[in-house]
Amino acid sequence: MDITTKVKELIKEKLNVDENEIVPAARFIEDLGADSLDTVELIMKFEEEFDMEIPETEADKLRTVQEAIDYIEKNLK
Amino acid sequence: MRRLENKVAVITGAARGIGLAIAEKFAEEGATVIITDMNQSYIDESVQELKNKKYDVAGICMNVTDSQNVEECFKEITDIWGKIDILVNNAGITRDNLLMRMKDEDWDAVIHTNLKGTFTTTKSATRIMLNQKSGSIINIASVIGVIGNAGQANYAASKGGIIALTKSTAKELGSRNIRCNAVAPGYIETAMTATLEESIREEYAKSIPLKRMGQPIDVANLCLFLASDEASYITGQTLMVDGGLVM
Repeated sequence: MDITTKVKELIKEKLNVDENEIVPAARFIEDLGADSLDTVELIMKFEEEFDMEIPETEADKLRTVQEAIDYIEKNLK
Repeated sequence: MRRLENKVAVITGAARGIGLAIAEKFAEEGATVIITDMNQSYIDESVQELKNKKYDVAGICMNVTDSQNVEECFKEITDIWGKIDILVNNAGITRDNLLMRMKDEDWDAVIHTNLKGTFTTTKSATRIMLNQKSGSIINIASVIGVIGNAGQANYAASKGGIIALTKSTAKELGSRNIRCNAVAPGYIETAMTATLEESIREEYAKSIPLKRMGQPIDVANLCLFLASDEASYITGQTLMVDGGLVM
């Protein structure tokens, strides 16, 4: 499974949103209804799934679906 | 059905005293209990004692002030038991002295073990409980954290800090069905209070409306209630077990 598909799957599972809503520009909080705890949990899921560590300062910048995908693609070992 | 059937409980500082009483009570009510402490021989002794009573218990040597060690221990626990339903932050120490004579290291040691130790375990447990969408965290504070005590500035600060930490934890995690409450024991007969002189103990007892010191089981009974589903609408509270000392 490629990164984009996996990221979307994790978002769908965590935020309980419809697949059609998970477009690249969708913002986790404003568009997908996440609260602050959801975003922390989502980052934890990414870290777990892709076996990587996302520093707090970087995590704060990942506000949209595409930003998360880009970050993971760029930083994956 | 027993009140903690199928629950996994982690209790810190549980090899002796109040922690051990909580461990035994939880095990008696059907929980799988993981006793953590700093002293391996105390752990072995207490685990064996409870196993002899056919309880489902295990022990892990853990230093609550070392967040990496805590993280590793919690990973080990979830690898073996798959979940953590209940966390009791009981590990605590005293280094009493008057403020003017208190050494920095005595201040630091008490704040580290009692307050930071509660933070490290809560943080590690939270990751696990978030995935479960349920959990009960019980922090052992003290009436001293509410009313203060001469000669215990470090201990009072650490326990007052625990009460504030309890409220913040309850607010942060409430939406995920994770409850967090504090239990504030008064004068309980344990190794920690056994060092007090008899005359001082008698003096304390006189100031307590129920006219006696409490027993570890009194604290354990309240913890059992807070850990169980009977307390499912109670979070962020500090409950005293003190014979009426503070009201």
